[in-house]
Amino acid sequence: MAVQMLQEGQELDGFRIGARLHVGGMAALFEATHPAHDFPLLVKVPRLAEGEDPAAIVSFEMEQMILPRLTGPHVPRFAGAGGFDRQPYLAMERIAGPSLLPLIEALPLPIERIAEIGAKVADALDSLHRQHVVHLDVKPSNILTRPGGEAVLVDFGLSRHALLPDLMEEEFRLPYGTAPYMAPEQVMGIRSEPRSDLFALGAMLYFFTTGERPFGDPQRLSGLKRRIWRDPQPPRRLRKDCPDWLQEVILRCLEVQPERRHPTAAQLAFDLRHPGQVALTARARKERRDGWARTIQRRFHPDHQPRFARTRAEMEDAGAAAPIVIAAVDLSEPDAALQAALRGTVGRILATLPEARLACLNVLRQNRIALDMTLDEQGNNKHLQRLVELKHWAAPLGLPEGRATFHVLEAVNPAAAILDHARANRVDHIVMGARAQSLKRRVLGSVSAEVAAEAPCSVTVVRSRVEGE
Amino acid sequence: MRVAILSDIHANREAFEACLADAARRGAQRLVLLGDIVGYGADPVWAVQRTRELAEAGAVVIKGNHDEAAVEDRGGMTSDAGAAAAWTRAVLDDAAKRFLDTLPMEVEEEDRLYVHADAQHPTRWRYTRDAEDARAALEAVRARVVLCGHVHVPALYGLTATAKIAAHRPMAEVAVPLTRPRRWLAVVGAVGQPRDGNPAAAYALLDTEANELTTLRVPYDIEGAARKIRAAGLPEGLAARLARGR
Repeated sequence: MAVQMLQEGQELDGFRIGARLHVGGMAALFEATHPAHDFPLLVKVPRLAEGEDPAAIVSFEMEQMILPRLTGPHVPRFAGAGGFDRQPYLAMERIAGPSLLPLIEALPLPIERIAEIGAKVADALDSLHRQHVVHLDVKPSNILTRPGGEAVLVDFGLSRHALLPDLMEEEFRLPYGTAPYMAPEQVMGIRSEPRSDLFALGAMLYFFTTGERPFGDPQRLSGLKRRIWRDPQPPRRLRKDCPDWLQEVILRCLEVQPERRHPTAAQLAFDLRHPGQVALTARARKERRDGWARTIQRRFHPDHQPRFARTRAEMEDAGAAAPIVIAAVDLSEPDAALQAALRGTVGRILATLPEARLACLNVLRQNRIALDMTLDEQGNNKHLQRLVELKHWAAPLGLPEGRATFHVLEAVNPAAAILDHARANRVDHIVMGARAQSLKRRVLGSVSAEVAAEAPCSVTVVRSRVEGE
Repeated sequence: MRVAILSDIHANREAFEACLADAARRGAQRLVLLGDIVGYGADPVWAVQRTRELAEAGAVVIKGNHDEAAVEDRGGMTSDAGAAAAWTRAVLDDAAKRFLDTLPMEVEEEDRLYVHADAQHPTRWRYTRDAEDARAALEAVRARVVLCGHVHVPALYGLTATAKIAAHRPMAEVAVPLTRPRRWLAVVGAVGQPRDGNPAAAYALLDTEANELTTLRVPYDIEGAARKIRAAGLPEGLAARLARGR
């Protein structure tokens, strides 16, 4: 395989090669243009000199398999590829924005900025996981930002596509990844766990919060394995003003057992966008690392050593078992039968999907012209009153803390508010009631019909049975 | 070009017709039948007749062990298979048997090898059950891609330049790139008697330009096929297993 490095000005399958931008351990990157593509391009060429790591070849092959199959704003658009029989290359959209790498020069970051970045990266991971791909190398230099603000994941050389052959797994006995961010199960050679990416994101958020890496940067396998039995310092010990909710979220991402992390990236993004609604556990209160007795037990006692396993079937529908469900509850003209029917439907959905979470939503309608008063005629805060009523509606469901969140949105158009909330939070299912025929509905139109028509996800419209019509 | 690859039809007319229709709908321009046209099922006369027409229209047809057993009793079969082979020999006429007898054991086309069973020793009718079997087969031939059947469970194996081999269970409707310079061995599932727990008929579509192989599953009239097996007096197990896909 005599592969020559590309030269500036060279033409390759219609791509005009421009300046060399970067030479890394496994590949070199060039600017490029192509008459058929109206976006800026990047051409990636693997380094395949004699005696180089065979990982470079297989990893390039994996990226060539995976990138053309990905879509959406959170990955670079695929533009072309060449095989190993001639000049191997991969052409893709060049993302204008910077990576997150320069941020590590300015740590620690403000708390709001950490939550914002975390939520955007979690959005990108959710999009990837829903396309059956685990990234397995989430780190600041592999996350770019579009001018519009969306996070873009790059470098799928270590990634795993659940529906395609995994070439990396057979090729190498040692785990591949980036030491500071690699999940424990990945250290142990498991490549099919989407929540490995949540661990890496948690390690990044820890680094952004404290200025220190939670597990350092070990260079040997024994050092990598240490994270399986040794817990990191709680972030608050290194940064006094780290809020409870952020410590909760970060330490949940860094749980050794994947089942104890957030079930999906979408649920993690939801927490980072609603800090006030994060259910706090012992993780939030943790002041120091676990004592030596527990640590020794985890390291040496066979019953306390973590076990990692995952069947393939689970990965194929990653996320489907842990949806975010909105219950949109109308509290302005309470209809007890309809509210009970809505609650019954929501309860049955949650009963079948133990990892689903519920966002109870109410829209406090604002007047189009006049500036609304926040207090009603009796002087009560309307927003707070609605929140109390919303919790009262959900109480019979008997959900534990953390499974349900409560949101009162103030908006002129209820349907638009529900739809915006569903889009921003990557909601999977909206359940809402439809009022029976009424003058108000005839005048204002049906909110549920508009939501059902426009929603980015499934919508269940609940109606109490009308007899005798 | 899109090549439809059908294996282990086993005289199941309903499944064979459903797969041929599906392949036509998906734009298949070439047809390869990897053997075992007959055996187990109740429609051997029709299956051979249809295969002859397809062969005259340009289809590649390979010989399978059940095709061999339909011509002459060679022994070595399970009791159900032996009973079905004896019945098949009784209902096929000489012309049909001559056609089956003259089928080739393997055919090479471009960088592909078509064979019914183990590519290393095609006449021994051995199963390619795991990565090591696949490695032995790939090392014994020069084709870059080997397509075989006989196992009734779809599988895909990729051999690297460093002699590592990756095993993969193909998912229906997912196009898997057969990347170069890697070499690949695909076990195509069965049209007429699937055994991977999914009773739908299986075949594969190879896109030679995109260099991608897609496994497909096609629903067919299982009750109809089973009813005919019972009506022909063939062993009950051969009818019942179609619905289980085992």
